[in-house]
Amino acid sequence: MSSDPRTVDRPPAALRAEALEELLTERGLVKTEALDGFINRYVNDVGPLNGAKVVAKAWVDPEYRERLLADGTAAIKELGFGGPQGEHIVAVENTDEVHNLVVCTLCSCYPWPVLGLPPNWYKDPAYRARAVRDPRALLAEMGLELPAGIRIRVWDSSAENRYFVLPRRPEHTQGLSEEELAALVTRDAMVGVADVEVVS
Amino acid sequence: MSTETVGTLESTVTGIPRSNGELVFDQPWESRAFGLTAALADQGLFSWKDFQAGLIAEVARRTDEPGEYSYYDRWLGALEALLFERGVVSADDIDCRADILCHRPAGHDHRDEDHGHHAH
Repeated sequence: MSSDPRTVDRPPAALRAEALEELLTERGLVKTEALDGFINRYVNDVGPLNGAKVVAKAWVDPEYRERLLADGTAAIKELGFGGPQGEHIVAVENTDEVHNLVVCTLCSCYPWPVLGLPPNWYKDPAYRARAVRDPRALLAEMGLELPAGIRIRVWDSSAENRYFVLPRRPEHTQGLSEEELAALVTRDAMVGVADVEVVS
Repeated sequence: MSTETVGTLESTVTGIPRSNGELVFDQPWESRAFGLTAALADQGLFSWKDFQAGLIAEVARRTDEPGEYSYYDRWLGALEALLFERGVVSADDIDCRADILCHRPAGHDHRDEDHGHHAH
């Protein structure tokens, strides 16, 4: 790459994005419909509910849980989930001793097929730095007070591995179906900044 | 469990897609930049891996940049850099077009008009 004239004295991002889209459309490199389709898909279809289904299945099906922990990408594919940023999915399991937290210190690597696009706080430099430096305090601030006896493991997602958390199944949920369990699982729980709770 | 509880849970399930009450994109252009990248990667103009590497570099390069942190600003920077590098467009192309867009008459919404591409 040559020098870096990129952002100095250049038009604001909104205009540049629009200009770029126009230029590429005119040159036939991209179709507006294809672009709309991708936005629509990631805003509406691909989201944390996919991950919630994976988690619920792992809770009710021990063999699936094992397959998920052994090879996340293959296991989510069983449920029909895959695509960009889903090549190396690794599920990490919360236990009574260990709580897992996912971050991407370099940018925003995130398992799109199961969680959709990352929320703003995940991309924020403060979260990215503090998740590594002081995860316990960060989690407390985000509303998750972990007992001192629980160890926190921080997983740094990258292009190589994209982590997501298999949360602990809440107590007193034996009577719930897989679908009902999935409804309890939140995106935050699968990033590791929350536990799954039974809403009353 | 009562049927009422089941009903509540089911309505939560059918409430898909769930975004946990958070917007994925703050501004419309961010979604366009995302969609553009996804479409170009899908067509094989570059790989997601290449883009990811560029994004990491862009985020790192602008660590100390003053002002409010904008993730998609970096995203767009990474996309531009990749396209410049591959000779697809130049910074001048983009800036020149942006300048034209900037001076278009008020009330003009190019997206509705879509430059006569509505052949479908």
